[in-house]
Amino acid sequence: MIRDPNFQYPFLIGTIFLFAYLIIRVILWYIKLSKYDKLRFIHFWKTKSVWAAIRDSVADGLLHLSIFKKNPLLGYMHMSLAFGWFLLIVMGHLEVIADRHSLNFPFYYAVFYRYYQPHPDFAGAKVFGAVMDFLLLIILSGVALAIIKRIRKQIFGMKRTTRLKTFDKIALASLWLIFPLRLLAESLSAAYYHNGSFMSNTLGEWFIQNVRVSAIYDLSWWLYSCSLGFFFIALPFSRYMHIPTEIVFIFLRHAGIMPKKYWNSYAQIQMYSCSRCGICLDACQLYEAGVSNVQSVYFLQFIRNNENVDKSLFGCIICGRCQEACPVHINLNDLRTALRIKASKPLTFSYEYTQKALQQKAGIIYFAGCMTHLTPQIKFSMRRIFDFLGDNVWFMDKDKSICCGAPLMLAGQYDSASQLIQKNTELIMASGAKTLILSCPICYKAFREDYVLPGISIKFHAVYLNEMIRQGRLPKINLGFKTIYHDPCALGRGSKIYDQPRYVIDSYSQRIRLKKEKAEALCCGAGLGAINLPIEAKNKVTFEAMSYFARFKPNALITACPLCKKTFARDRRIPVLDIAELTARAIDEYVNEQKKTVRETRLIES
Amino acid sequence: MKKIVIIGGGIAGLEVSRLLLQEGFPVTLIEKSSHLGGNIRNYAYLFPDFTPSEEILKNYTSLPGNADLQLLLNTEIEKIDFSSRPYTLFSNDGIAISADSIIIATGYQIFDARLKEEFGYGIYDGVITSVEMEKMIREQHIVTPYGKAPRRIAFIHCVGSRDAKVGNTYCSRLCCITAIKQAIETKKLLPQAEIFCFYIDLRMYGLTFEELYLNAQKEYNIQFVRGRLSETSEMIDKRLIIKAEDTLIGRPLKMMTDMLVLMVGMEASNFSKQFAYHNGLEIGEHGFFKPLNQFNARGKSQKEGIYFAGTSIGPMSVAETIEHAQATALSTISYLKGKEN
Repeated sequence: MIRDPNFQYPFLIGTIFLFAYLIIRVILWYIKLSKYDKLRFIHFWKTKSVWAAIRDSVADGLLHLSIFKKNPLLGYMHMSLAFGWFLLIVMGHLEVIADRHSLNFPFYYAVFYRYYQPHPDFAGAKVFGAVMDFLLLIILSGVALAIIKRIRKQIFGMKRTTRLKTFDKIALASLWLIFPLRLLAESLSAAYYHNGSFMSNTLGEWFIQNVRVSAIYDLSWWLYSCSLGFFFIALPFSRYMHIPTEIVFIFLRHAGIMPKKYWNSYAQIQMYSCSRCGICLDACQLYEAGVSNVQSVYFLQFIRNNENVDKSLFGCIICGRCQEACPVHINLNDLRTALRIKASKPLTFSYEYTQKALQQKAGIIYFAGCMTHLTPQIKFSMRRIFDFLGDNVWFMDKDKSICCGAPLMLAGQYDSASQLIQKNTELIMASGAKTLILSCPICYKAFREDYVLPGISIKFHAVYLNEMIRQGRLPKINLGFKTIYHDPCALGRGSKIYDQPRYVIDSYSQRIRLKKEKAEALCCGAGLGAINLPIEAKNKVTFEAMSYFARFKPNALITACPLCKKTFARDRRIPVLDIAELTARAIDEYVNEQKKTVRETRLIES
Repeated sequence: MKKIVIIGGGIAGLEVSRLLLQEGFPVTLIEKSSHLGGNIRNYAYLFPDFTPSEEILKNYTSLPGNADLQLLLNTEIEKIDFSSRPYTLFSNDGIAISADSIIIATGYQIFDARLKEEFGYGIYDGVITSVEMEKMIREQHIVTPYGKAPRRIAFIHCVGSRDAKVGNTYCSRLCCITAIKQAIETKKLLPQAEIFCFYIDLRMYGLTFEELYLNAQKEYNIQFVRGRLSETSEMIDKRLIIKAEDTLIGRPLKMMTDMLVLMVGMEASNFSKQFAYHNGLEIGEHGFFKPLNQFNARGKSQKEGIYFAGTSIGPMSVAETIEHAQATALSTISYLKGKEN
């Protein structure tokens, strides 16, 4: 009994619109990629990375394993919806193929199979029916969780969930309705023909006894089709655009395409890949400090909606905690920097002072950077260490120093930063040095990412110190105090250096292990990224981080960043030392002991 | 008879004690150190007229002999039990003292200049604080760490005050005029020396402060540079190089100096912060005790019978501290006589 063959149109229109939109979108994105990125992408298809991309697409796009690892319940919610729906589509088509022994049927046939096929009597029809009912049940459990999450997010262990826009609301409502409506339509079919399985047949029985099924039968299929149609039309304008975009992003990422300092189509793809799951909200320390509009999910949303982003763009410390937490692996720090560059007017400063810089020949260069100059104890300690090692080191910015360029870059001043980078590059290359040592991780990150220094090994001081200890050139000595190591943002999350500073600290003290460390380390509250963040918010971040450390009652907080040191020191609860200061103390202690031993030996001899 | 406990033996605590004893109230005065006087002992001469600080302390020399005064030196109060009246105070050595009224005169502490690491205090020998400078002035002997008479000295205002980067956004009020006082005294001792003051702006709020400032320029040839210090470094011969910005000319400035004097600001004492934390008295956002209001109850706390005197509520000069102590003494007397609560 097929009474009304027209109800599939809303679905058809929606699907055709969506696919047309996506094809055009992807083509436009591809066209706007740079020449080299296009070459990378073409070459990529000949490499094994394709398999990795497919694996990641399944793992993250369908199974949502990254979310699963961070929050199992939330992961299940995403997985049941995405993977469940995917399987429903695949199984639906297999069911039709099994029934008709042919591939020749309209693509919407499988979607409304229970309507078109009242009497499935092929071999395995019952198994297919049961599987389809089971998959629908799984998806419905996901929908139920999604609704619960909107009402009571605490059940998910989440403190916050995202705010929604109008199109998001339409898409969200249609998405939530699709599956209950499908169940309703299929159950009503089952009521007539008993062509369902354990769930739809049972519900069908109930309907036949309690409801006039013929009155709502067609309507139910119309509503199901409409909900699908609405969802597909709303999708490109809502957060659900992340579903197709994320797959594109995964493939481009595996093709080796890197984020740039300017806003390009790769940046745009990353922006659309944000599913607004809200995991970044809980990772952001600024939320606790009362700032609730700079978080990555909102910042990306503001850009997508062409809203004013000044605050959210320049009010973030760029500590990278959200990037680390992001289950989609969006390069949030780079997106923000690229947009800052796009949003800033270039400065007209001449940078004449760079012409006065001094040139020297050396094997090793030490570049202190402005923040080390403002924490002279670190500078002193570095000099003590170099003296002890007896290395010939050129202290490049001892006088007439040139900035590394990082503060300008973070403020969006690409051209100005480039001038400084160029001058520093000239000086370093002309020195003939093989090693460049830095004691500020912000400088270190800039030198690694924004400089091209062929033949020169760029080393962070903690890495250098670790090498020296391993080679036995620096003493191992226990200074007898309990320490905590704080991972600076630019060093840890920013440069992925976690272990070497720990080895150095372990050589000199008893280090307390923390839960919030390495990639999950707290931010000190004073990163250079925070251009227009109120001081109260920064202080709150510092205070909370220090309160966390204070619970472990260490004798000293060791960090490897002059800015972190300065920031934490003003809290005054725990003495703060740079890793270089700790090492210099160890050297002093060692030298004193040596002297004592010499004296004692002399006493015995005399 | 009502019992009064005064915590803190600086000039505020001494002045309150003096007045209460004069009115016939027995007083217990608690001081954490081994001697009375407190922070005023850090200063040889007081602005604006160079009065020796001993003259102020002279007013209190007869106090320890007073039979109504119970003086507890080397004693710190750790906790106060506010749950029942009279209140009970517990000291660090386990003594319990009961009190109908408590006057908190716990004063201030100077800003730890090492926190402003870029200025080089504790790193370069030539960098000293205003307290250390005052000691040299008292001894009439100003020398660099390597024993020479300095030819150039720079005074840096607002160290640890009006500086969000060290967490203190308030003005300590006294450093400007103290710098001018010390600059003049230094010039008197070393007429050949060049003296510079680096300031944000000069807050000459006292009636005669402005004259002193003009005199410093006209008669003593002290030079004033508007601009904050950015960093200090040291040369091989231990002389210092300071970098600053002259904000009137709008240019960066680099200068060699033999000595750098940091005008350290006033901070709530650690005691105040911890005391408030452990005992539930309210502190303001800057760490000092918070009086009931800023107008007619600057000496009163939120708790009945608990009063504040002197710099425990914020930076004050010696004269203001004594006035505040007198006002608090009057409030306390009225309260004890049942005329006020």
